[in-house]
Amino acid sequence: MSAHAETLHHGPAKGISRWILTTNHKDIGTLYLVFSLIMLFIGGTMAFVIRAELFQPGLQLVMPEFFNQMTTMHGLIMIFGAVMPAFVGLANWQVPLMIGAPDMALPRLNNFSFWILPFAFTMLLSTLFMPGGAPDFGWTFYAPLSTTYAPPSVTFFVFAVHMMGISSILGAINVIVTIFNMRAPGMKMMDLPLFVWSWLITAFLLIAVMPVLAAVVTMVLMDVHFGTSFFSAGGGGDPVLFQHVFWFFAHPEVYIMVLPAFGVISEIIPTFSRKPLFGYRAMVLATIAIAFLSFIVWAHHMFTVGMPLTGELFFMYTTMLIAVPTGVKVFNWISTMFRGAMTFETPMLFAIAFIVLFTIGGLSGLMLAIAPADFQYHDTYFVVAHFHYVLVPGSVFGIIAAVYYWLPKWSGNMYDEKLGQWHFWLSFIGVNLTFFPMHFVGLAGMPRRIPDYALQFADFNMLTSLGAFLFGTTQLLFVYILVKTVRSGKPAEQLPWEGARGLEWSVPTPAPYHTFTTPPELNKE
Amino acid sequence: MKSWLKPSSPGGLVLIVVLMFGFGFALVPLYDVFCEVTGLNGKTKGAYQGQINAQAAPSERTITVQFIANRNDNLSWDFVAEEEEIKLSVGERKQTHFSVNNTYDKAVVAQAIPSVSPPQAADYLNKIECFCFQRQPLEAGEAKQFPLVFFIDPALPEDISKLTLSYTLFDISDRNSNGED
Repeated sequence: MSAHAETLHHGPAKGISRWILTTNHKDIGTLYLVFSLIMLFIGGTMAFVIRAELFQPGLQLVMPEFFNQMTTMHGLIMIFGAVMPAFVGLANWQVPLMIGAPDMALPRLNNFSFWILPFAFTMLLSTLFMPGGAPDFGWTFYAPLSTTYAPPSVTFFVFAVHMMGISSILGAINVIVTIFNMRAPGMKMMDLPLFVWSWLITAFLLIAVMPVLAAVVTMVLMDVHFGTSFFSAGGGGDPVLFQHVFWFFAHPEVYIMVLPAFGVISEIIPTFSRKPLFGYRAMVLATIAIAFLSFIVWAHHMFTVGMPLTGELFFMYTTMLIAVPTGVKVFNWISTMFRGAMTFETPMLFAIAFIVLFTIGGLSGLMLAIAPADFQYHDTYFVVAHFHYVLVPGSVFGIIAAVYYWLPKWSGNMYDEKLGQWHFWLSFIGVNLTFFPMHFVGLAGMPRRIPDYALQFADFNMLTSLGAFLFGTTQLLFVYILVKTVRSGKPAEQLPWEGARGLEWSVPTPAPYHTFTTPPELNKE
Repeated sequence: MKSWLKPSSPGGLVLIVVLMFGFGFALVPLYDVFCEVTGLNGKTKGAYQGQINAQAAPSERTITVQFIANRNDNLSWDFVAEEEEIKLSVGERKQTHFSVNNTYDKAVVAQAIPSVSPPQAADYLNKIECFCFQRQPLEAGEAKQFPLVFFIDPALPEDISKLTLSYTLFDISDRNSNGED
């Protein structure tokens, strides 16, 4: 009786204030996911401008200065605006549901860490309309491009990055505290679902390296405005130091953007293979190993700065070592599918594509890790192909798979399976058409971040641009599917996937506003 | 351990964040220390402080030292090395000059930044006097000879017979601090 009355009493507030004032993990998760979808389209529009300019050789549409702003903003928005908030959104929705907690541990902080983001990105995007234009130094903002030669808007860029960093750090603190303190009674660490494990490790990476990013942008700010010389050789500093500090942040950042996707895939593959995950303990240890190694490989981004041979060798071998735990994960997913009773619904299709295409991106990563070969590949489209293969059919496919997988539980409605299959196949063709030819032009020496190219690269670039237009347009179909599901989808069952296990499926469909107000009983299998 | 300081509590996690922010800045001196200890990066030391033994017997071993004067966007003055390269025996003291001409129509304070290649040789190139030790103010149109007095430490590894000393000039007129330490 009282439980029922309380549910009514504590239901969501009406109108817009529900979303502004909410401390509910499901509302905040939805806010994060919608925000990152909007950012995906803004960043995608910038990619559209880039690919339209590169459709043909020569300069047709935009000036090189604006092209540079587009590559910079595309990278910043996709990384900090689309991929990272999407994973925080998934964590908000799923971590409490998967560990049987009523909410995140620090709900008000949760509200704050989301609502910083719209302000941060409004500030970042406003630089496009400033005199001198938006940041144009690449998302890696190497000094002196971001100090001596920076446009005046660099100051806004620095503060926007500070705000994004604060948001990520607070989100990560919330996830860690929730996982450590709010698990259902009797749930041990080695009982945690792998999505939760991956996010726990990701959150530790976040609180370890986002402050380093904050430090490096602060140093840029001081070099620009306060006359310090952290990165200026004229004042006793060193521009190479910038790259060391930056990549000390940015290499773990790469794993921040992919470990939660590993977690998603580790949930989806067993469900649609109708088998428990192969090698749970190995998966957890492999994730920890990847996180640890990510701290000692950063200079493989800088093989060409003039490092001594010992340095090149150290970073080459440690980088190659990462292939071992990553290989463990890939083989465990394949072993999970082996002799499983597999079906191929949309989430499973995206998950399998993730495994295949992420592995391609991993292999080109191994090629780049070979220091002597890297001198040829450095700053070419081969690098662009590599990191887009791990980020788009990697992280982004992981997020899309997660949305299809959990949407029935979130919204209470089933998506249209036929449209989902169309979405998958068009995305799969689009993504490969976009990024695979980049390998070839990169190996042939086409440099990245340049708005023009030599004539021999014309055919492959046209293919890439066509693929990009296909992939980008296909995501409008994704939005249509989402809206249709939420508004008029067929009601989903309590357990929409017969092979699904885990606490999140034990709550009613759609998931009520408050869940697990009393801790669930765990029935160990 | 106090309960709020555990790495699973908000206080402990905030502490990690603060420490890592500090670590980001600590990388700056750590980088310098690392380069100094390993002799990487080709940075030369300050003025030679030891005893200079002028009576030492001239050594058979001769080293070629090449000089490079770099101009870049920071300061595009006329800046050339008087001698492109000199041969000297190890331990022998040599003097050379770089000539510079302020082609700007305003007074500028310049700072020269040295770099030695191969970097392992940087520790054995000892400068007794160098224009890079001070800031160099030049009036508009002023020309100057920059002196450099140096010798090569006989302990220079056997496999190095040639080294390059390059200088790049930077405009530091708007800086108050003395850059070279």
